[in-house]
Amino acid sequence: MMYGFAWDTSTPLAYAISILPILGIGLIVTLEATVCGFAIAMGVGLVFALLRRAKSRLITWPVGLIVEFLRDTPLLIQLFFLFYVLPQFGIVLPAFLTGALALGLQYSAYTSEVYRAGLEAIGRGQWEAATALNLTRAQTYRDVVIPQAIPRIVPALGNYLVSMLKDTPVLSVITVVDMLNLANLIGDRTFEYLVPLSLVGLIFLILTLGCSALIHVIERVLPKRGIALR
Amino acid sequence: MNPIIRFSNVTKRFGALTVLRDFDFEVKQGEKVTLIGPSGSGKSTVLRILMTLEPFQEGTLTLAGMPYHEPDGHGPFKAREKHLRQIRSHVGMVFQSFNLFPHMTVLRNVIEAPVRVLGLSRNEAECRAVDLLNMVGLADKKDHYPSQLSGGQQQRVAIARALAMRPRVLLFDEPTSALDPQLVGEVLGVIRSLAHEHDLTMLLVTHEMRFAREVSDRVCFFDKGQIVEQGEPERIFSSPEQPRTREFLASVLG
Amino acid sequence: MTWTQLLPNLIKGAEVTALIAVASTLLGAVFAFAAGIARVSGGRLLSAIALTYIEIFRGTSLLVQLFWLYYALPLIGISFDPIATGIFGLALNIGAYGAEVVRGALVSVSEQQREAAKALNFSGAHTMIHIVLPQAVIEMMPSFCNLAIQNLKDTALVSFISIADLSFHAQSLRNLTLQSVPIYTLTLLIYFAMALVIAAAMRWLENKLRRGAAFPKGAAS
Ligand SMILES: Nc1ncnc2c1ncn2[C@@H]1O[C@H](COP(=O)(O)OP(=O)(O)OP(=O)(O)O)[C@@H](O)[C@H]1O
Ligand SMILES: [Mg+2]
Repeated sequence: MMYGFAWDTSTPLAYAISILPILGIGLIVTLEATVCGFAIAMGVGLVFALLRRAKSRLITWPVGLIVEFLRDTPLLIQLFFLFYVLPQFGIVLPAFLTGALALGLQYSAYTSEVYRAGLEAIGRGQWEAATALNLTRAQTYRDVVIPQAIPRIVPALGNYLVSMLKDTPVLSVITVVDMLNLANLIGDRTFEYLVPLSLVGLIFLILTLGCSALIHVIERVLPKRGIALR
Repeated sequence: MNPIIRFSNVTKRFGALTVLRDFDFEVKQGEKVTLIGPSGSGKSTVLRILMTLEPFQEGTLTLAGMPYHEPDGHGPFKAREKHLRQIRSHVGMVFQSFNLFPHMTVLRNVIEAPVRVLGLSRNEAECRAVDLLNMVGLADKKDHYPSQLSGGQQQRVAIARALAMRPRVLLFDEPTSALDPQLVGEVLGVIRSLAHEHDLTMLLVTHEMRFAREVSDRVCFFDKGQIVEQGEPERIFSSPEQPRTREFLASVLG
Repeated sequence: MTWTQLLPNLIKGAEVTALIAVASTLLGAVFAFAAGIARVSGGRLLSAIALTYIEIFRGTSLLVQLFWLYYALPLIGISFDPIATGIFGLALNIGAYGAEVVRGALVSVSEQQREAAKALNFSGAHTMIHIVLPQAVIEMMPSFCNLAIQNLKDTALVSFISIADLSFHAQSLRNLTLQSVPIYTLTLLIYFAMALVIAAAMRWLENKLRRGAAFPKGAAS
């Protein structure tokens, strides 16, 4: 992996600059894992949230248990579980996809709560008004409920996106070559971990502070009353 | 006798809004003064400045001869915390919304400050607290939490709590405005009995005109941060001189 | 190995996990209160220090933080044994999240309560300790519960710095026996059970606080 790269350990600054391009490659993997993982989390979480609104306890109860279980157990073990157990059932995925799937499943527990809270915040009166106007269920969701839920849901999802970003280094255990993995590999060669690890920390800090600032802006820009679709 | 409270040329601003401008006002020791006036005229502001809850920008204010500002003071109050605490030791306040401590029992609400601030022994503080609770008619509720009491009962506890600090000046900011009409009487009853305390100086903001007339030595009609008219209650209520006072009284007395 | 043979091995690891989780949660609570109170009423310098701490530890990955403490710090002459490093790292991380909870709860106590305290001439410290904190702590409990469970999950990462916790035992057992399904299923279930215990304990504590049992009549003297 490291072949073709050189580094200069003469001074910390020179060292940092020389390894920055390598870490850049890891950064792309980190971002890709976050995007894939979050796409899965948003989709699966929505399914969970809708299932938990089902009429029958036979559905809501087991789904609730699954969500609770996904939320309360460590990502690391869920990751190992998928990595070692899925192949036993003939499902062989690349490490990157296994990692994204694990991130997505863990965070689907969080996103489903976000959706649920967003939907529950819509008062009974809104549903009743929609019924009184003779809207169908689909129309009610599309025209009344979802537009009002968006300003609550989007910032909360954004915060979980940032959390997920910070969880991606765990994927390095299943050989995903992210920033942290590369920093450790460099450290193993040079016996100097302080600079690469600090640099990774700094990159994370910049990313998360930037994202948080962006979320604040979005939160402020989104009208509190909701956004009418179309 | 020197006045216990003296505002001279006090100016108070909230940003661009000037609430008090060159305000002059004096209260004698033991005097019972009621402030009346329309909403937003600055009545609460006067009490809150006296309680050191709000700083003011210009002029001087003294309490028993002690100035609020220190010559070398910093911060919004232009005074050190130590100095402010010395002033606060002479002043008590009863709030419109009671502001009892919800996590403490009635008794604890009353003894907390005497024990912690005045350094009274717990026994002594409790004895006094029970006396005060007896006076406001709530000794049997001493182990209840505020949330278990009615509004009128909570306000009576708040009065006992303020009295437990033995203030020389007691401020009431619309003490009955947050209460259901049938609970107003019990609180006014307690305040009325305090009005007989010779040494206690009382400053009362209220919309209960009949009560103001009954208990106060002086009524001040307030408008736009200024005292428009003041005098003995009988005179203010029966023959107000200023048109604005007349207008206000006509609107509240109906 | 059968499931019943695997279990005792995993339990051994779970004991280490429990120890680290409890210790780091308690230490984290200390950091959370210190930084949260400093943010709200610590003056400019303390508040800035607290903010820096909070942003750094909330803004970077826990795993990076642990590696940094474990691999990088010794290079500048500071080193602890792995368990201490793990507990310290987890506590710093969860403490930063907790500090935001503490800050939020402190500012949610109404201004009127502070004014009432001032009218009774309480000192600033007394107002914080006896008036504001007792009311704020109850507001903090649900978030603290979530954070304690988050911290339990995070302890799995200390296996990366060679601590023989539950995750570490699971991983070595798998390498030894290749029985992935029973090992990881059991491991997940043990973590889940511990999370349920934490949730129950926190709910018990919250109820105790809510009933006012934390402010007994004799506490004034
Ligand atoms: N914290 C504050 N910030 C800005 N303006 C304020 C603040 N407190 C009071 N004011 C303004 O100061 C003016 C006087 O307020 P104050 O509360 O003293 O009136 P008041 O006579 O007590 O009225 P009310 O009968 O409604 O209680 C009002 O215009 C009010 O809007
Ligand atoms: Mg007022």
